[in-house]
Amino acid sequence: MHVWINGERRELAVGASVLDALAAIGVPRTGVAVAVDGAVVRRSDWPSTPLPAGARVEVLTAVQGG
Amino acid sequence: MVMDDTLVIGGRKIASRLVMGTGGAANLEVLERSLVASGTSLTTVAMRRVDAAGGTGVLDLLRRLGIELLPNTAGCRTAGEAVLTARLAREAVATDLVKLEVVADERTLLPDPIELLDAAEQLVDDGFTVLPYTNDDPVLARRLEQVGCAAVMPLGSPIGTGLGIRNPHNIAMITEAAGVPVVLDAGIGTASEAAQAMELGCDAVLLATAVTRAGDPERMAHAMRLAVEAGRAAHGAGRVPRRYWAQASSPNLDP
Repeated sequence: MHVWINGERRELAVGASVLDALAAIGVPRTGVAVAVDGAVVRRSDWPSTPLPAGARVEVLTAVQGG
Repeated sequence: MVMDDTLVIGGRKIASRLVMGTGGAANLEVLERSLVASGTSLTTVAMRRVDAAGGTGVLDLLRRLGIELLPNTAGCRTAGEAVLTARLAREAVATDLVKLEVVADERTLLPDPIELLDAAEQLVDDGFTVLPYTNDDPVLARRLEQVGCAAVMPLGSPIGTGLGIRNPHNIAMITEAAGVPVVLDAGIGTASEAAQAMELGCDAVLLATAVTRAGDPERMAHAMRLAVEAGRAAHGAGRVPRRYWAQASSPNLDP
């Protein structure tokens, strides 16, 4: 199935979790937060939250600003 | 006369009245020297899409310096975007503090008051300690306080302009009426303007550009620290009234 991770189309196995999505883009697990289709998924729920096909996954971190 | 003059926002003690931003610094080394020279204890970060190649440099730096993080919602145009960004920030950096920014357009970067108040109310209800970046409007400041914001942060002038405090009377009206700390946020260009903010009764000053884009950021950071301290002391001391005509400060000559 395909999902969108930070605006980029990715192919993931059916039933892939939020954690699998993070592994697919190879980002650090600390200091990041994830929203799926506009709702925050808490860190503790990453392994157990399956992504629906076509999900829009946003992975954010803190950067210089403000 | 010794009094505890520590700034408290939402029940948190903030050791320095100079809140810093991290935007615009040439590199992390310059940023580190500037932050240390500023004496700040609370500093903003922005939330952006993670870049696999990029590190978490600014987070590591702030943690190493023992500076508390103040994530912002910069770039958000609607209450919905700002609420989601704040929730992501809380998850990413484990703080309930948020500098709430909801701007109307790129050209002015002025807060959109309708969206701002809506977002503030939602975030307060969700347990955040909300510090809204707001217009220099005493009525909006009051409304933000009424919905439960822990501070109000009126602008001196638009973000990044360095135009100083364009409406000192409005800032004075806000500080006079506010029951929560007032942080002058945005527009400061040089040290005298930071001192002026404090003399107008602000409890703290938030600035970034004035330091990070100064010719010598570290030196300007030190200047800002002194200015905030001087302005705070002058405000507490009570200035003399303004007079139209001269008043001799030496005794009259003997007749």
